Order: sequence, then C-alpha cells, then structure tokens
Amino acid sequence: MTDRAGPTPAEPTPAELMTIAGSRLLRDGRVVFAGVGAPLEASVLAKRLHAPSLTIVLEGGSIGPRMLPGRLPVSTNEMRAAHGAFMLTSINDLFLYGQRGCYDYGFIGAGQLDQYGNVNTSYIGDPDAPKVRLPGSGGANDIVSSCREVMIMTRHEPRRFVERVDFITSPGYLSGPESRRRAGLVRNRPVSVITDLALLGFDEETGRLRLDALQPGVSESDVHDNTGFELLVSETVAELAAPTEQELAELRWLRDGSTTTSSTTREVTSAP
Amino acid sequence: MTTAADKRMTLAEAAALVKDGDTVVAGGCCYSRTPWAMLLELLRAQRRELTLARNLMCYESELFLATGAADKLISSWVGIGLRWGIPKVFREYVERDPSIYEEWSHLSFGMRFLAASMGMPFLPTASLLGSDLLGRTPAQEMRCPFTGELLVAVPALVPDVALIHVHTVDAAGNAQIEGPVYMDVEYARAAKTVIVTAEEVVPHEAIVRRADRTQIPGFVVDAVVEVPFGSYPHECHGRYEADFAHFDAYTEQVIADGEAGVHAYLAEWVEQAGSFAGLLDKVGASTLLEQRRRALDLVAA
Repeated sequence: MTDRAGPTPAEPTPAELMTIAGSRLLRDGRVVFAGVGAPLEASVLAKRLHAPSLTIVLEGGSIGPRMLPGRLPVSTNEMRAAHGAFMLTSINDLFLYGQRGCYDYGFIGAGQLDQYGNVNTSYIGDPDAPKVRLPGSGGANDIVSSCREVMIMTRHEPRRFVERVDFITSPGYLSGPESRRRAGLVRNRPVSVITDLALLGFDEETGRLRLDALQPGVSESDVHDNTGFELLVSETVAELAAPTEQELAELRWLRDGSTTTSSTTREVTSAP
Repeated sequence: MTTAADKRMTLAEAAALVKDGDTVVAGGCCYSRTPWAMLLELLRAQRRELTLARNLMCYESELFLATGAADKLISSWVGIGLRWGIPKVFREYVERDPSIYEEWSHLSFGMRFLAASMGMPFLPTASLLGSDLLGRTPAQEMRCPFTGELLVAVPALVPDVALIHVHTVDAAGNAQIEGPVYMDVEYARAAKTVIVTAEEVVPHEAIVRRADRTQIPGFVVDAVVEVPFGSYPHECHGRYEADFAHFDAYTEQVIADGEAGVHAYLAEWVEQAGSFAGLLDKVGASTLLEQRRRALDLVAA
C-alpha cells in the first residue's frame, strides 16, 4: 500500500468489466434498444465516449434519452428514463419501429441462457410446477425477435449458463439456425454474449455459443468452469483490452453522479 | 362510452362501475402513472375475482392476489424495479399455481389492446415466434395470406374496465397526458367502461387551447375523478417522482412477513388511512413536495 493524495482508481469490478466490454461493441450512428441495468449503462457509456450519435431507445417509449448522472433509471418506463429524450411515444409505437426493422441493436440481460443463446426469464424448473417464478419477458422477447443484431449481457455463472433452458422466454438459435428459420425468426440474428469473463459469439453452422475473447486476466479454463455446457472455442482467442481510466471514471460518474469522478470525463465529453 | 357533459364523481362512485369478475386493465407502466388511488379504492370496495391486466406490473399484483380482489393476472413482466426485484407474494402465488398468471411479451400484450382499440379481432406480429410463451397463451401461429410469412396472431383483448390516471381532464373526460403515454390510449379505446382519474380537472377551454395534446376523447370516458397525487407512491411524469423509500419499507415488510406483510400494509395504508386523502395526509406535505421537487429536476424547463 502506498499513500497517495486523492482517490486512486480502484480495480474494475466484474460488473464494470462486462459493461465496458459491452459498450465498446456499440458503433456510432446506430440505434440501440437497451434493457434497463447493465445494457443501458453500456449504451450510455458508449454514447458519452466513442459513439456520440448513438440513439438509445427504451421500452417505456423514450427515444434518444440522455441520462442524468447519479440518477440512472431503475425501471425502463420512469421519468429518469425519459430525461433528455427527443421523442416520447407510446409503448406499442416504440416496439413497432423495432418490428419495422429500425433498430440496429437489441441489447438485453438474461436470467438463464443456453448454448444456443435461448434466454429464460420466466420459470426455473417445470413451468407447470415451477421452483422459481422470474419477472418475465417484458420487451426481451420482442427485442430478440426484431432488432437486427441481438446482444446479451449477463454475469458468467454455471447456474446461468445451462445446457438447455427450462423455458424459452426469448429465443436465440433454438436448436440451430435451421430451427430458427423454421420458427419464422428470419428478420434478425443473435450476435454476441458479453460477460464478466468473456466475449462469446455464435458459430454460424451450428448456432452454438463460441468463446471469442477473454476478459483481462481470465483463462480459458475459468470460462469453461463457469459454463454449464460444452462451449465452442474460436481458433484464435483474443484478450480484451483492460478498461481505460477514462472508461472507468465515466462509468462510475454515471452511476454515482459524484463530482470526484467527473474531472476527467468533463474533458472527454467536450472533446470533438 | 357516454357523451354526458359532466362525468365527475368520487372514487367510491367510480369503483361501483367495476363489477366482481370483471377484466380490468390498469394504465401507466410498472411504477409510472399507475392509477393507484383507483386501485386502492377497488380493494376498499372489496371487489372479487377480477382479472387484472397491466403491461408491466408492480406490487399491485400481490395486493390484488393476497386480498382475493383478483384471481388472475395478465402481464408481460412483474417486478418492482431492479433495486427491489420480484414481488415475493406474487411469486409464491404463481409458484403454487402457474395457471393464475397469463404471460405475454410486452409488444404482444400491447397488440391485444391495439387490436381491440381498432375494432379488429386480432393483429399479426413477429413476436413470440419460437418461444415457449406462444403455447401458453391464446395466440396462434398464422401464415400471411399474401406473402406466406409465418407470423403470430394475437387476439384482441376487450377489457370490461380501463383505469387511467392522467395529468389533466375536463368534466366530460377529454384527457391530456404529459410524458410517455405508455398503452393508455389503446386501453381507453379498447375498454367497455373507462374511468379517468386526474391530477387536475380543468375547464373545457383549457383542453381546447392545447387540443393537440388531447390523447383520450371524452366520448370513450365514463367517469372523471380528480385525485391530486393519484399515482403516489408511484410517479406521475413531471409532477412527482416515485417514492423509493416507500418501496423500500414495503418490500422489507413483505420479505420479512410474506403475505401477512401485504395485509399489514393494506391495514395501514387503506383501512386506517380511511381514504386516499387520508393516505396523502399520512405521507405528509414535506414528502410530497420533495417528490415534486425531484420530478422537476428531470423534465425540460
């Protein structure tokens, strides 16, 4: 331990690693339909750092909101989620732009997901005699059925990464690309899963999840140990760059809104 | 639907328009612009065997189940918000008997009301395809008669009653909403009976001056009730923010005591408070003003 004046940037938490990795995937000039929580934080971070023309849309009818640091929404429909929006519309209208094909990214969280990217947020156990009732789809099913590129962000734990989900709330590749086509899911595709351990993609032939890159300091065996199914591995597994001080400071400022973390970010947001 | 010029009445009179066994849809979304005063009034009136529908449900879900006011819920998501998770008693009820809960995706739920609001028996959508939600709802796969594309047909849902909380309304029911409208316009057009509660009842001319902001015409409205802070402890866009401390206290009580915690909450906030005005008195002016101040931070000047 060394004594230093002023706060030193703490090591990134697993949640921060995940959120920052997710934010880097969002390209400028696109439209992202983000779920509340980590996907929204990643989207706001991307917009503030490298994608100023990213348009964020939120389920409650909010198009283009700018979040107030320290007051990120706790639910997708509330006033905080509408702050700074350039359009507030009805929920059906907001989703129907998605069905029309206007949204580049659909960005959701997941309670439980399987090797084909099928997501369960409904029931753990038999849906007719469930062990646990979860909150449900909300807009997730609609997002994965229509938004062009579907991205899923979740903590990497064996209980979340299961061989087969108990219930498909939001379909991924079902049991492979052909089953997805047969089900009528022809408008879009699942693209990536971002976790605190790794970045996963989908194998085009089989529709199965594939390890593409590791979070800094994470080994391949860490990932396999925390995955409840046989994960495909890319020929070349990259290592993701560690979060920069700028990314960390900005993310923490968004979360807590305190001025102690804002000194670097002010410059960032005013840069061309 | 009625064209009477003055539909103003009390919460109790409006509650009499809801019959046991009715399908009731509540407006707003999760903890935003919830017709909370009207929902509590239905509990006070001891309505029974209702089917309660709402796009995203907050903890009114378990208030209605635990009292027996509702025996079935229709929604796409039930939770209080990230910080509080899923209402515990709701969870216990559905884990005991999943048939009391009909689950949709957000858009497919909304399109049921959109269909009804258009006077159509169904609408097609690309949602629900390939999911396990499809087989557990009355929705059906269909082929487009023109392109052959595989789609899902969702049946119209015509509720007996819609409960909507708005910002301003005139005595005839012409209603204006600020901020997101959620699904309230579809609900109001779809329902057989529409009860509008409002932060303010204003003169007809005040509505006329901003006619472009009228979302619900009076001819679909049956009852108008003025209830300032009528969504509290939930939020009303630009008027007051949700009272998260109230949610904290509620969830602590229910996590500790389960269903008994729900009944204790209702004893305190419905029975002992005596009326919604009594509830607001109990909350106190300083809390209400603080929630108002917090809301003003969030809306454009």
